[in-house]
Amino acid sequence: MQTTTNTPVKQHMGMKKKARISNTFIYIILILMSIIWLFPFVSIVLQSFRGGPVKGMTNEIIPKIWSLENYKALANTDFFKWYLNTLIAALATSLLQTVIVLCMSYTLSRFRFKLRKGLMRFMLILGMFPGMLAMIILYRVLKDLGLTQANAVPGLILVYVASSGMGYYISKGFFDTIPKSLDEAARIDGATRAQVLTKIILPLAKPIVIYTILTSFMAPWGDFVFARYISFGSSEGMNVAVGLYNWLNADQINSSYTMFCAGGVIVAIPVTIVFMCLQKYYVEGVTGGAVKG
Amino acid sequence: MKQYTDLEYLKLSKFRRGLHKLAAFFLSIPRAIAGLFVKIGLFLKNAALAVGREIKDIFLTFKNGDWKTRLSFFIMGFGNLSRGQILRGVLFLLFQAVFIFFMVKPTGGLYWLSMLPSLGKEGPGKAYDPVYDTYVTAFNDNSFQILLYGVLTIFFIIACVITWRINVRQNKLAQQILDSGKPLKSGKDDLRSMVDDNFHKTLLALPLAGILIFTVMPIVFMILVAFTNYDGAHDGYTNALFTWVGLENINTMLGIGAGSKVYAATFGEILLWTLMWAFFATFTNYFLGMLVAMMINKKGIQFKKGWRTILVMTIAIPQFISLLYVSKMFAQNGMVNQFLQSIGVLKGLNYIPFLSKEWPARISVILINIWIGIPYVMLIATGILMNIPQDLYESAKIDGASGWKQYTKITLPYMLFITGPYLLTTFTSNMNNFNVIYLLTSGGPPNPTASSAAGSVGFTDLLITWLFKITTGAESQYYFASVIGILVFIVVAIISLVVYNLLPSVKNEEDFQ
Repeated sequence: MQTTTNTPVKQHMGMKKKARISNTFIYIILILMSIIWLFPFVSIVLQSFRGGPVKGMTNEIIPKIWSLENYKALANTDFFKWYLNTLIAALATSLLQTVIVLCMSYTLSRFRFKLRKGLMRFMLILGMFPGMLAMIILYRVLKDLGLTQANAVPGLILVYVASSGMGYYISKGFFDTIPKSLDEAARIDGATRAQVLTKIILPLAKPIVIYTILTSFMAPWGDFVFARYISFGSSEGMNVAVGLYNWLNADQINSSYTMFCAGGVIVAIPVTIVFMCLQKYYVEGVTGGAVKG
Repeated sequence: MKQYTDLEYLKLSKFRRGLHKLAAFFLSIPRAIAGLFVKIGLFLKNAALAVGREIKDIFLTFKNGDWKTRLSFFIMGFGNLSRGQILRGVLFLLFQAVFIFFMVKPTGGLYWLSMLPSLGKEGPGKAYDPVYDTYVTAFNDNSFQILLYGVLTIFFIIACVITWRINVRQNKLAQQILDSGKPLKSGKDDLRSMVDDNFHKTLLALPLAGILIFTVMPIVFMILVAFTNYDGAHDGYTNALFTWVGLENINTMLGIGAGSKVYAATFGEILLWTLMWAFFATFTNYFLGMLVAMMINKKGIQFKKGWRTILVMTIAIPQFISLLYVSKMFAQNGMVNQFLQSIGVLKGLNYIPFLSKEWPARISVILINIWIGIPYVMLIATGILMNIPQDLYESAKIDGASGWKQYTKITLPYMLFITGPYLLTTFTSNMNNFNVIYLLTSGGPPNPTASSAAGSVGFTDLLITWLFKITTGAESQYYFASVIGILVFIVVAIISLVVYNLLPSVKNEEDFQ
């Protein structure tokens, strides 16, 4: 071992050098990754400002003619109608779904009642059916109620919210971590169970409440399947995902590709800002959920 | 298989150990499935026993009950009313009244039940209109409504039986309480307990009602549709009735019996690709995401937060925008191909068929999915990696373990142990990952061998996108969609049960504590 000339100092230097090389290597990978990850977003913004006669796809990564005409053109379409539809659906869903998910997860975390285990197992099995299957019948039922096509928004909210109780896992995991001794102490002081929830648990559960609001607000912006089913061909009732999808159909893409980009940017900006501001809570929720399984 | 003792196992070579583990895994699958059947059997047995106990209890209640109890077997809530529990009594009575009214009214429960076996007798036809002296289309029975309300009626009857049972039990309890000389609960007490002792029932009422109406009922309905011929040409009202066809659709889909095997072949092909997709989508993301998390976490790397934020952007921006844009970037005349043409890498109008040939498309969707998936895994892995006790690494370093060895012996087992259930749910949700596939390729490019099957099947179609295409296609064979849905459920359930029982974090929870 001692036959080499490596003094401890030199060994240390060698390690330092090795670390520097591997760090440089990592920096290169991270920079490359950042470029790959950001490219589509930068590119869509650039395309949205592309002016000129060609509205379809081109090879210009950086537009030759800059203009706002794509954004102005949006005003002549149903885009802002779709935007409003999605915004209403997202706001209503985030409010109602949060209430339902919290009711469900709090109950399953705190109360020990007969059928609790059975209920959880039942919901696990229900979750294994593809949700899309239910859509076929829900469409006909909602149609009978007059909540499809032009009136799709309330129907859509109903569909998003109604079954949301099944997504209780992450917030139940959070409630499980709040010590039960808090509840018991309050109960001894004479609080009803409802008071325990509103006065003690909810203030402590702020992170998970924000997480639930955030995820349920984001989901309607990206929903394609249900929105397409329920709005079925009526431009009046579409959300942004369905509307913008149609602009990329083979028969429309050559006239509305740059408009799609502009629409996409307008949709992405508020959602991204909200998300980035509340990122911390999202990370907490996602990590906690995965760890607790 | 040979059972080794611990000592014998440790003496084996690395290769034989791996072989042994692999064999053990596959051998345990039949046992896991057998265990499942045993569990179902036990469940049924217990359920039968419980029903037996209930029936015995009902008999005893009637035998030992006073006249108030006995009368409330027929008039629900009578016992409550006569003993002074007005609120409960009125609710029971009201429920019974509504139930009877619903069952006997003209197109009510009894009508729907009587039509359920045939799903309607008279389809749309021509009827004479004396006013205009002409024949007009007359709509008669409505198979869809018959099936829907038939199912609802059965739900309602089950609810009524349960309510009746509660009514009987309450009489028994009330009698016991009065016999022991204590007062009964008043309506005020009942209302108070809704926010206290029975608060869980109040909280669960709304979510469970939603799940019952918007998930359970549609699933029961759609399972039944698999046994009918409900499709675009038999919509049950405007063009023709639909009716029960037994196992015909399931046989067609699975290729049982005579007839064309095209559906069975298509189903097999799509199932295989679905499993392949779920496997690669899950594990490429998992390992690469973990790698990225480790790179960002590494000591000496600056701007940790910045790198993470850049990746997290992908989560923030609605998927349909990024996926649709990326799919157009890689289209035949998309930005990437046009750019490569303009700089001369591709000659003339040649293009790379990123999304328009079988295998390039399949590989492309997996690669693009990595772009989507890495940020999630990175977030999760970051949290877990920070929790690994640092002294494990310190002692490994002292023992002279290389970086790779530390990874395979400490990091990976720890991660796998903690994220086992997460991997399982990710796998099953990838099997049903509609958005990524549909928004990128719409299931394409078309698969010529499956051209005679419904739903214009493509090479990247998953079962779930096939289901969607069938229902929105020209012929809308809802029965096939529903058969596929049931089969997806069976596949997901088997995978979940088998894997879940083999997960180390379920088997021996103490290993890491």
